[in-house]
Amino acid sequence: MASITLEGIKKTYAGGVQAVKGIDLAIEDGEFVVLVGPSGCGKSTLLRMVAGLETISEGTLKIGDRVVNKLEPAERDIAMVFQNYALYPHMTVYNNLAYGLKNRGFKKPAIEERVRKAAKMLEIEEYLQRKPRNLSGGQRQRVAMGRALVREPAAFLFDEPLSNLDAKLRVQMRVEIKQLQRRLKTTSLYVTHDQLEAMTLGDRLVVLNAGKIEQVGTPMEIFNRPASMFVAGFIGSPAMNMLPVEYLATRSADNLLDDLPAGTDIVGIRPDDMHLSAPSAPHLVVDSTLELFEAAGAESHLYVRLAGSEQPTVIRTGGGEPPVNEGETLRFYIARSALHPFNRESGQRTG
Amino acid sequence: MVENRPFLNILTHAVLILGVLVVAFPVYVAFIASTHEPGAFVRGVLPLTPGDNLWDTYSQMLGSGWQVAGAPPLWLMLSNSTIMALTIAIGKIAISILSAFAIVYFRFRFRLLAFWIIFITLMLPVEVRIIPTYAVVANLGMLNSYAGLTLPLIASATATFLFRQFFMTVPEELMEASRVDGAGPMKFFKDILLPVSITNIAALFVIMFIYGWVQYLWPLLVTTDEDFYTVVLGIKRLMASSDRVPAWNLIMATVMLAMVPPVMVVLLMQKLFVKGLTETEK
Ligand SMILES: Nc1ncnc2c1ncn2[C@@H]1O[C@H](COP(=O)(O)OP(=O)(O)OP(=O)(O)O)[C@@H](O)[C@H]1O
Ligand SMILES: [Mg+2]
Repeated sequence: MASITLEGIKKTYAGGVQAVKGIDLAIEDGEFVVLVGPSGCGKSTLLRMVAGLETISEGTLKIGDRVVNKLEPAERDIAMVFQNYALYPHMTVYNNLAYGLKNRGFKKPAIEERVRKAAKMLEIEEYLQRKPRNLSGGQRQRVAMGRALVREPAAFLFDEPLSNLDAKLRVQMRVEIKQLQRRLKTTSLYVTHDQLEAMTLGDRLVVLNAGKIEQVGTPMEIFNRPASMFVAGFIGSPAMNMLPVEYLATRSADNLLDDLPAGTDIVGIRPDDMHLSAPSAPHLVVDSTLELFEAAGAESHLYVRLAGSEQPTVIRTGGGEPPVNEGETLRFYIARSALHPFNRESGQRTG
Repeated sequence: MVENRPFLNILTHAVLILGVLVVAFPVYVAFIASTHEPGAFVRGVLPLTPGDNLWDTYSQMLGSGWQVAGAPPLWLMLSNSTIMALTIAIGKIAISILSAFAIVYFRFRFRLLAFWIIFITLMLPVEVRIIPTYAVVANLGMLNSYAGLTLPLIASATATFLFRQFFMTVPEELMEASRVDGAGPMKFFKDILLPVSITNIAALFVIMFIYGWVQYLWPLLVTTDEDFYTVVLGIKRLMASSDRVPAWNLIMATVMLAMVPPVMVVLLMQKLFVKGLTETEK
């Protein structure tokens, strides 16, 4: 087990594409860190640099106290789970798990013991003699996990390991990965573009955008205090609504918005912070037209257009019947404390 | 297509059977001819049932050969052909799989150039460059040797090209996973890439073995010593004994025996061969 330290890590691909533009990050021993961001933001590139599958153009990478920039993947004491699993198709599950140990010169009995242990943990014991092609997607996924587990590495690296599974299996595996990591306390770096996966798995999230870190923090910190408009829009579903201050100012009776931090010209409001009944705390009152009502079981989404600006906005409420018919006017309330102040120009949070 | 119409069934089967007959009949006639005495075939009426000369003909050909026509014993030519075909097949596969491995998995300078140079040799089979190749082989003193027979035929790009195309379809993550698992390049080659390519290797082996087996022009040029005659050359020599009536029974016996090794190779490799042509490992 070990910490992972990234200092000024950059990656420029041949041809001049700058995929990663300077990342500083310290991952503590035993921590589960999730890299999340939109497609093409450099998550995989960053992970593969940690794995040693991609050269590091600039910066220093440490695993434990060792600088590993120039080391082969095998010498970095990491294990990786690939999106397409990358199981060796001609080997049995047993040999898939054993291969890495064999290459490291483990003796037969030791290999046997470790493979059994990992297989038991992942409940794949009965498939040990099968070839990967005779397994279901979920079972293959477990084998891929097993191949990482048996090595008992200093760190696990995951590149979207669940994205080839169906929704139900994905939730199940997500829980299992989390439990497994809690039990083994192995430092883990996990890449995903699924924000729900990111929120639920990570001790800490790293939100990446265009090769740079937007924000680092616990899932709740990031959800409650997004540092930029990008993070605000990326984490949370449905996405946060962004309303201009000058519009809201015309809607509030008192001077509720006067104490917004300097430089604030747009505020973010989560769909669940828009209420259909007035809260007791100081609040804004906004009128809108209900365009579409979407019932999703335990919750409902109300798609509205704001009166006087026609801006499309989403409100989330508990399940049930639509409060008014589609096309009719809907009044909703926003507590002053639920506003996230941003500056439109810089994209940053103002306070 | 799942259709169940008796008439169509009969028709398709009839066509198939007809096709088989068209292909198989000449082979059958050749076999029949090899079992009769020499004159039986030129008398005008083709016999369609086996004669009683089978044992004599085959033992004469395998044993002493037909000296009058200047052909060495058949077993010698058969073993020459086998050595030649095997060397060509194995040599080609060994060289091309390694060069394809280098081209696909290593980033070296002029990699693309190397590939294109190999690729261009596709346009230069032995027949096209036969005179210069002959000169080179002769200058190296390789006339009348197995090396001279096989080396120039081994050097060609088809197999390299095919292996390259196949390797490009092997997911890159397989290589990366094995790197993480502590396998160096050659270990990856041996433990992962070779087993994954096994059906392709088998298919190429069959194709290359037959390619080597049926070579005529090149052996004709580089062998003057009877000890290095191949069986295809032998057949030609038997037929060319101009001043006498061709001994059809002997020629046909040679033809029959010459078919055995390729057929064996196809049969033995059939399962892998068919898989290699039709299926890709997922
Ligand atoms: N081998 C390469 N050569 C050049 N550019 C590359 C290469 N690999 C990736 N890139 C570029 O680097 C950027 C980051 O790619 P990366 O694969 O890290 O994205 P990602 O965040 O993992 O996206 P996704 O969620 O779609 O997997 C992209 O713009 C991509 O086009
Ligand atoms: Mg990726």
